[in-house]
Amino acid sequence: MNASITERQAALMGMGDSRLRKEDARFIQGKGNYVDDIKMPGMLHMAIVRSPFAHARIKGINKEKALAIPGVYAVLTADDLKPLKLHWMPTLAGDVQAVLADAKVHFQMQEVAVVVADDRYIAADAVEAVYVEYEELPAVVDPFKALLPGAPVLREDLAGKTEGAHGKRYHPNHIFTWEAGDMAAADAALSGAEVKVEQKLFYPRVHPCPLETCGCVASFDPVRGELTTYMTSQAPHVVRTVVSMLSGIPESKVRIISPDIGGGFGNKVPVYPGYVCAIVASIVLGRPVKWVEDRIENLSSTGFARDYHMTGELAATRDGRITGLKVNVIADHGAFDSCADPTKFPAGMFHICTGSYDIPAAYCRVDGVYTNKAPGGVAYRCSFRVTEAVYLIERMVDVLAQKLNIDKAEIRAKNFIRKEQFPYKSALGFEYDSGDYHTALKKVLDAVDYPGLRAEQAAKRADANCPTLMGIGLVSFTEVVGAGPSKICDILGVGMFDSCEIRVHPTGSAIARMGTISQGQGHQTTYAQIIATELGLPSEVIQVEEGDTSTAPYGLGTYGSRSTPVAGAAIAMASRKIHAKAKKIAAHLLEVSENDLDWEIDRFKVKGDDAKWKTMKDVAWAAYNQPPAGMEPGLEAVHYYDPPNFTFPFGIYLCVVDISKSTGETAIRRFYALDDCGTRINPMIIEGQIHGGLTEGFAVAMGQLLSFDEQGNIQGNTLMDYFLPTMVETPRWETDHTVTPSPHHPIGAKGVAESPHVGSIPTFTSAVVDAFSHLGVTHMEMPHTSARVWKQLQASGVKS
Amino acid sequence: MSKQLISLTVNGKKLEQAVEPRTLLVHFLREQLSLTGTHIGCDTSHCGACTVDVDGKSLKACTILAVQCDGADVVTVEGLAKGGALHAIQDAFYKEHGLQCGFCTPGMMIRAYRFLQENPDPSADEIRAGMSGNLCRCTGYQNIIKAVQHAARTLREAGQKAAA
Repeated sequence: MNASITERQAALMGMGDSRLRKEDARFIQGKGNYVDDIKMPGMLHMAIVRSPFAHARIKGINKEKALAIPGVYAVLTADDLKPLKLHWMPTLAGDVQAVLADAKVHFQMQEVAVVVADDRYIAADAVEAVYVEYEELPAVVDPFKALLPGAPVLREDLAGKTEGAHGKRYHPNHIFTWEAGDMAAADAALSGAEVKVEQKLFYPRVHPCPLETCGCVASFDPVRGELTTYMTSQAPHVVRTVVSMLSGIPESKVRIISPDIGGGFGNKVPVYPGYVCAIVASIVLGRPVKWVEDRIENLSSTGFARDYHMTGELAATRDGRITGLKVNVIADHGAFDSCADPTKFPAGMFHICTGSYDIPAAYCRVDGVYTNKAPGGVAYRCSFRVTEAVYLIERMVDVLAQKLNIDKAEIRAKNFIRKEQFPYKSALGFEYDSGDYHTALKKVLDAVDYPGLRAEQAAKRADANCPTLMGIGLVSFTEVVGAGPSKICDILGVGMFDSCEIRVHPTGSAIARMGTISQGQGHQTTYAQIIATELGLPSEVIQVEEGDTSTAPYGLGTYGSRSTPVAGAAIAMASRKIHAKAKKIAAHLLEVSENDLDWEIDRFKVKGDDAKWKTMKDVAWAAYNQPPAGMEPGLEAVHYYDPPNFTFPFGIYLCVVDISKSTGETAIRRFYALDDCGTRINPMIIEGQIHGGLTEGFAVAMGQLLSFDEQGNIQGNTLMDYFLPTMVETPRWETDHTVTPSPHHPIGAKGVAESPHVGSIPTFTSAVVDAFSHLGVTHMEMPHTSARVWKQLQASGVKS
Repeated sequence: MSKQLISLTVNGKKLEQAVEPRTLLVHFLREQLSLTGTHIGCDTSHCGACTVDVDGKSLKACTILAVQCDGADVVTVEGLAKGGALHAIQDAFYKEHGLQCGFCTPGMMIRAYRFLQENPDPSADEIRAGMSGNLCRCTGYQNIIKAVQHAARTLREAGQKAAA
């Protein structure tokens, strides 16, 4: 019985199929295995004593009352960690961070001591019983004030150091200056420009806030000298390296396991003091120690995102051709520079800020600054600082369009990098792999009847009785993801490759082990689809494992949309190594030369003889019992993929809002998102990722904010105050796509999960500002809450 | 701390357990009964990850003490599937891609379980209102709403069949 080609293809459930998710079975039955679900014999619970002040000297810590509580085993402070040299730890950004506050606290909710007890309730009691005496110091929360002469010196541990990890420090509260592009060329473009616009933009401090907070279970086995730690980490292999360096335990005896992770969005990339303390506590007490932070701790102390004060300047011709861009940024990194970026890029990939446009001259400069706020920042569902960059250029192009009275679609089309210009070298140093922006823009404008929307808006503006202001937002973003080529990208010296190990078993099933770790992206499903297509084995029989450093090959983890661009490529390359060996075996079995074989879906066929073939399954069996003479048995391969370049996904987003003239409430009438992520592996999962990213973008643009008062008190660190949209507020999303494969990626895929976050945020701002554009408003700061929009209504004299 | 004896039914099973009076229901379920499907996301009863069904009402298990549930009938995610067969709601979440990281999913499904008994044929807007106490950070809700509609359809059809 011969299955047809179509049937054989369908049986694989390979690339391009909307395969249902393999991981769901456990999640829908309550059988996920998250860090807080892990229970070990003799396990103790750790909780953290935190500072109520943003800046204060610690005069003394009294543990006695806490230690007197039955069921409390230890109270550890910086003094206890000092003999182990673990009271400070290196950050990913080349700075150091206090594990437990050493003589001074630098931000509110900083870790001051930890308590370890029989259960979480006793640990909470003990936290209350630790008495810490503080002497309050003046707090600095504004990065501009931090740079004033005579500003309080925040980091006394760095006193006198004029050189940081990224060059000169010009002020005690200055961390680094980072530049890209040609300042003279940008200045020349600006000074000779027919038209210039300048705009200040503040991208406020927000937090990724995954539904599961951070935590770990550390278990040190004193007999074997082995440390096993279950951790909410997006990068378990890097954590193993860091833990080994910090503890002196050989890397071979450190095992980090990222089990199921309840969302990451960048929050779970850094190494946090809580992890280190739990590990120390386990080593000291010889028992497993669990630490799981609560939501307040998560929002107050772990990796925030953004906090970029940006100034953009654009030079252009009178007919709207952009000739130059200059950007200056003051970046608030908080008390320690624990920014999660590739080591050589302290401002991440911010230099993607020329966007989708062919801008001949550009320069950007970012200055990192210390303040008395929580340290960071992380890339919140984006590649490093790409959200900030896209926001900047998209706002600037809108501002220019408004000044020139050119439609925002027209000015974009006029400045797009044209299809034939790819690969395109940007003025700030990237080589864009591929793109077709004009086609994508036209598709969106046609789909929404853009001229019709503009006509409707004009009619509404002419009608004084219309109860709403209508705004149309448009964004054409380009991301840079898939970090990255190890010649420029590393984390603590480890190149940012990723890896895959595949073993095909004798009966034709397979297991793939990966250096990445899913936090909801569906790797177990999509990775298997790539292998299915490459090897002709059904995805159903391909197991995917990741997250355990003892079994998986070393990889840099999942963040910055790098899983598909880097690990996805490693899968294809490992598969191809297996395929090459399989072909030799097939030739041997069929008694022909390799050159006489064709590959068709799941089998090798002898050219010109349809009756002679061997399936990959046949070959797998043969690989274990009758390989050709001189060939090793077995069918497996490992590949470490070092990408030759980043990938550059892009998209066109359009949003229509109706703003109530009386309340300032913004209704999202329509949101149309076209994404181009190159080759599409699983359309169902892609659409799900886009829905999620758009919703997170909506949250950031319309409501998220971590604000502080002048004393550095955080103003809203529970879900009562911090905006996570419910089903009621969340807009209805419309999705669309074009496909422009990456020419340098083995399967042409570019990565998708972060595009919708990056692209949607400026689209909302573009729409809200557009509603006011006829009143001369060129920019409004996020988040666009009803209160803020209402203030703009009043300032613009809008009558309801 | 001294413990108090409570008796209750969890997923159809009658239990007698000694608990500290201050123990929250969610910790009792997760730590004492090892039913870890119910999750903790916020501690302030905003996120709904800890939603369980208590005496025919959806309840956030981080806002109630275990001792308050003396005599109660509790259903958690572990009680949805019967005899190895998935509940229609579980099947619908799978088929409509109504989950990603899976952390909100148990609470979301347990809320849907009650909501569909309150309103067996809901519109999309009614679902949005009726399930707004459960937050999800991954999916953008669109597929969750589809999943709840899908489950509603299956349950109605099963009900009609049973009645016929």
